[in-house]
Amino acid sequence: MTPLQACLLISALLFAIGFAGAVTRRHAILVLIGIELMLNAANLNLIAFWRFGAHPEALTGFIFVLFSMAMAGAEAAVGLALIIAIYRHKKTSNLDEVKELKG
Amino acid sequence: MIWIVKNLWLIPALPLFAAGIIAVNKQPARKLAASLAIGSMALGFLLSLCAFAATLGHHGDGVFREVFSFPWIQFGGQWMDIGWVLDPLTAIMLVMVTFVGMLIFIFSVGYMAHDQNFMRFFCFLALFASGMLGVVIANNLLLLFISWEIVGLTSYLLIGFWYHKPSAAAAAKKAFITTRIGDLGLLIGMVWLYAETGTLNFYDGGHGCLEQSALTTMLAHATIGGLAVSTAIGLLIFLGAVGKSGQIPLHVWLPDAMEGPTPVSALIHAATMVAAGVFLVARVYPLMAAGAAPVEHGTPVTTALTVVTWIGAITAIFAATIAVAQNDIKRILAYSTVSQLGYMMMGLGVGGVAVGMFHLITHAFFKALLFLGSGSVIHGCHEEQDVRKMGGLKKYMPVTFAVYAVGMLALSGFPLLFSGFWSKDEILHHASLWSVSKIPFYLGCTGALFTAFYMTRQMGLVFFGSYRGHEEKSAHGHFAHAHSHPSETDHSHDPHESPAVMTVPLIILAGFAILLGFVGTPAWPWFDGYLTGEEFKFDFSKLTEPGTLALMGTSALIVFFGIGLGVFLYGKRQRKTASEKDVLEAAQPAIYKLLENKYFIDEIYEATVIRFNAFAAWLCDFADQWIFGGAVLLVKYITVGLAWLYRLTDEYFVNLGFDTGCEALREGGGGLSKLHTGRVQTYLRVIGVALVALIIFLIWGRKA
Repeated sequence: MTPLQACLLISALLFAIGFAGAVTRRHAILVLIGIELMLNAANLNLIAFWRFGAHPEALTGFIFVLFSMAMAGAEAAVGLALIIAIYRHKKTSNLDEVKELKG
Repeated sequence: MIWIVKNLWLIPALPLFAAGIIAVNKQPARKLAASLAIGSMALGFLLSLCAFAATLGHHGDGVFREVFSFPWIQFGGQWMDIGWVLDPLTAIMLVMVTFVGMLIFIFSVGYMAHDQNFMRFFCFLALFASGMLGVVIANNLLLLFISWEIVGLTSYLLIGFWYHKPSAAAAAKKAFITTRIGDLGLLIGMVWLYAETGTLNFYDGGHGCLEQSALTTMLAHATIGGLAVSTAIGLLIFLGAVGKSGQIPLHVWLPDAMEGPTPVSALIHAATMVAAGVFLVARVYPLMAAGAAPVEHGTPVTTALTVVTWIGAITAIFAATIAVAQNDIKRILAYSTVSQLGYMMMGLGVGGVAVGMFHLITHAFFKALLFLGSGSVIHGCHEEQDVRKMGGLKKYMPVTFAVYAVGMLALSGFPLLFSGFWSKDEILHHASLWSVSKIPFYLGCTGALFTAFYMTRQMGLVFFGSYRGHEEKSAHGHFAHAHSHPSETDHSHDPHESPAVMTVPLIILAGFAILLGFVGTPAWPWFDGYLTGEEFKFDFSKLTEPGTLALMGTSALIVFFGIGLGVFLYGKRQRKTASEKDVLEAAQPAIYKLLENKYFIDEIYEATVIRFNAFAAWLCDFADQWIFGGAVLLVKYITVGLAWLYRLTDEYFVNLGFDTGCEALREGGGGLSKLHTGRVQTYLRVIGVALVALIIFLIWGRKA
């Protein structure tokens, strides 16, 4: 097993765990955590393809991931703010009860 | 330019304003109405005298003629002028119309004193005078036509003044429609004239349609049958004159028009309206006479003038014979007017403007006198118009009798002293010299005989013998006027003399009926010289020239014979009762019946024109109802059928299909919207499953 494969396997596992969490949990913050996990799995992939790819000396992959993490932070902040707003409005953070956008 | 020419418009404008003011005033203002109308006429008369004075003293140096025109309305690139002219013809007519009109107005104050619609009457009278004066001053066929139609309208209003009488309403309609036929000719002639010459001005410093250049152009063009355009236009214009002046075959309205109040009859049938036709022919005389070969003596002969002469001559004798057998005092005068208008036309045809106009002027005075006299008689006899029920009025109404006798003698043409003699003699004199035919002369002489005869008959029946009005006084229905006399019931039924307001105008008119003749005698042809602008001198020897003397002698003989016959038949042997047969009826029942029924002209029209008209109307109605109506109905049914079809397709195909489609779409949308649960995690799951499916698909795809 090459190091790249190991990395990819871990990242896939991480993605699967994050997805499972995001899909199954009812609490909004836990769902958000799941999403963060999936995002980090993607970041791990990016690092892995950079590190074991054709040009590891260029810092492109690393920089890309840094940007991605910054965005993830911002996204988490927005997500949390939304969740707080919803909680204030509906007095709940159970996602099953938040279905205003139902068709 | 003399001030009077510029201000000539005032003469018709004054009565127009008077009519307007009367019309807008509150109803019972009799004094105001009468004084306004009479005042406007009096002022107009003074102005007319000024105009007349301006035209005097031009003998020998051509005709005095001043025009005043200004552009009125624009047709495309051309301006239509309108304006007035002052020449002897206008001046003499102005003086006559305003003077006679004024006297008639004054007379009306007395005659209409008891009428409720006194103000309306004076309003119409003033409007009528205004229209008539407009006709007289017009230097433009357009202005003339406008005024001409005002005259036509007001004559309709005045004849139908007592419109609650069905006969009056019918007579008004008859007058209006009959004259309309002539007016159509006039209108066509007018339009044609405009098309030919580009102007409707009579005189315009060489460019007018009656002046040499325009006449030459019109003569050069020929139309159907080789007639020059000028002749054709002249004849069309003459058609208007025929309608207005009651010439054959459009004379039928004039006797019926006697249903109007008597002053109206005097105004319309003596002085003005009927004279308008003669005046029109006199006005367009240059057009009528255009193209005649130059003649040394006598008058030009053209096709148009020949037609005028014949129509006039036939009308003269035709109407005179009818007058012999009429019993209504006003109808006798009406037929007499028709006959005298025939003389005027004949005079215009054979002798030119001066001859016809001279008779017009003298006739205006004595016929107005006769009509107003008959009004006085009718008034005095309590609205009785049937001469058989009068008689012996000499005793009751001496003033009326005297002036009526003057009028009668003037109309009959009693020699030397009365105006009618001189003017009629002038016509006969020219007729005897006419180069085309002598027949109009003989017709005129015979007409003169009848004229003397029927006037004597009328005098005999009305003024001599004994009063026959007492019989069956309560039974007859002539009283059915709104014109009721409240005091009449307690009065005796004897006739009475009319008040001074009625007799004074009569006396004045009688004076003129005598005196006017002397301005146009062969010895002193002032009138002729005045109108033609030629030199003349007092020459007593002309009276005794063999030709003139012989003619005067003949004419006098005819008159004496006519009067003698009348005296013999109606003066000596007076009828005893009103219902007794007429002398002529007893002698010649067939002829009398023919004359009494006016040669059955009305019946002939009834059987031909009216029936044809009714048939045409029926035909049009039929066509309208079945042919055009059918077509319209067909179109309607087609449209309705198509509409029904469209509705069907719309309802059952378009709508249903659309509805079904919509329903399906909505259900589909509803179904799909179920997927949209609003639960974020469900979406996420779907995305996850889809991702897995996509990956599986990609992997399998790679393998294959």
